[in-house]
Amino acid sequence: MLATTYRRPYRVRAAHVPEPAIEHPDDAIVRVTRACICGSDLHLYHGLVPDTRVGSIFGHEFTGVVEEVGPNVRNLKVGDHVLVPFNVFCGTCASCSHELYGNCENVNPEATAIGGAYGYSHSAGGYNGGQAEYVRVPFADIGPTVIPPDIHVEDAVLLTDVVPTGYQAAEMGDIHEDDTVVVFGAGPIGLMAARCAWLMGAGRVIVVDQVDYRLDFARRFAQAETVDFREVEDMALHIKKMTDWQGADVCIDAVGCEADGNFMQTLTGVKLKLQAGAATALHWAINSVRRGGSVSIVGVYGPTFNAVPIGSAMNKGLTLRMNQASVKRHLPHLIEHIRAGRLKPRELITHRVPLEEVDEAYHRFSAKQDGCIKTVLIPPRAGRIDTPTPVARPASSNLH
Amino acid sequence: MNQATDHSHIPDWGVDLDPARRPAVPMERTPPRLEGLHWDRPAQQPHTVEVLHSIERPGITPVFGTSVPPSGLSGWIRRRAFRRSESDLRHWMLLLLADRVNVAEGLVEDVQRSPRARAAAFGVAGAALAVWMLRRRRRA
Repeated sequence: MLATTYRRPYRVRAAHVPEPAIEHPDDAIVRVTRACICGSDLHLYHGLVPDTRVGSIFGHEFTGVVEEVGPNVRNLKVGDHVLVPFNVFCGTCASCSHELYGNCENVNPEATAIGGAYGYSHSAGGYNGGQAEYVRVPFADIGPTVIPPDIHVEDAVLLTDVVPTGYQAAEMGDIHEDDTVVVFGAGPIGLMAARCAWLMGAGRVIVVDQVDYRLDFARRFAQAETVDFREVEDMALHIKKMTDWQGADVCIDAVGCEADGNFMQTLTGVKLKLQAGAATALHWAINSVRRGGSVSIVGVYGPTFNAVPIGSAMNKGLTLRMNQASVKRHLPHLIEHIRAGRLKPRELITHRVPLEEVDEAYHRFSAKQDGCIKTVLIPPRAGRIDTPTPVARPASSNLH
Repeated sequence: MNQATDHSHIPDWGVDLDPARRPAVPMERTPPRLEGLHWDRPAQQPHTVEVLHSIERPGITPVFGTSVPPSGLSGWIRRRAFRRSESDLRHWMLLLLADRVNVAEGLVEDVQRSPRARAAAFGVAGAALAVWMLRRRRRA
């Protein structure tokens, strides 16, 4: 089968590899219909994630048709079209029994600090990913969700990570009515977090980035105010001035370890690898939020350490919340939002390309070329997918 | 908190204002709202390839990925990395070193497998040898 295989930093290849097999009685094999390239895939692509082995198959955002099921699988059947949350999880460990599916203890032998995820290095369990024609899906009875007939496959594939992670980013900010929310990063997750902040009653939503087309997208997609950090000398001071010297109520780091904007952070974190990536966005978030405010972190950092102003966080009495999204717990609510037209995730998709062109697609996304926000890969054996019958949108439930 | 403002231009503003509508509030919720679960403890996946495991846990997990088992020099380095805990910086730095070594192994593999890459490698090696011999002859 064809799959996206890692070769070296800044180089992936669509290569022919053996097809996956059932390895556990609760497994299923899924024929991929759509797969996305995620911003966090770029950390792998840039060689920043430890234990990324040559030949690994990338991809943790995908939908597909069930081709084969293991002997213990009861709830899925061959032919079901499913979306597969990026978390691999067992459903029974201490974390799963508290709905923390991103922190499952039974799926990643290589690291206790990290849960299991598809196609995200051996540090996340060594699972092959979904940027391929077929993929092995463990715990098939609880992980995948059958795509409802009225949900478009492109919305479904974004429900595997982008929408739940963006929603959870806003949720972890504990947004109250009329709060000012600053989102650092105008990638797909940041854009979704900004949109979800409005759903939670934010009074102002400000998105910070440096890429013109992404800031423009944030104004249109998320109705957000925008700040181009290239035009700002001191981010914390700028946010204070924008908020009557108080600071934002909630700051969301949707950037992670490859942030631009601070020479020393980039030099020590990205170039010299003396810390686990450049923590510029987190630094800005802690310094820009008000005393007693909340900082929500969904940007991905490495496992070692970062230079962040933890003393200021303590003295300001901040609440810091962070986690990988627990995708499965969000899905019913987010499907309801998509049905009602409150969230329109597929508007984020700017590029739809054949899997054979994955190398170019990664390069375009990494270099932020051609207005790229979100790329969907279409494997050769994806087959034809019927477009769902649109359902009439109910009357707006704007509570204001 | 700011003064209340008009959000009528924002579609669906505030539909999830009530924290009770937010699916991850509270953060930890038990019992989980998970359908389809029919095991108390996951069955053990057969151990068919070498899988390294963190020394912060007693052994491998019931389920694991089997892509790209450790091999070659990079595999040797990875095995040494896994003798140290996740809180030891050397664990992660050794893994990053192994990744770079693995890239070199991948390039050698490419040369071995691809006739075009092999021809290119022989061409580069031949050119280097010719330059070296030419320089030697000039010195002589």
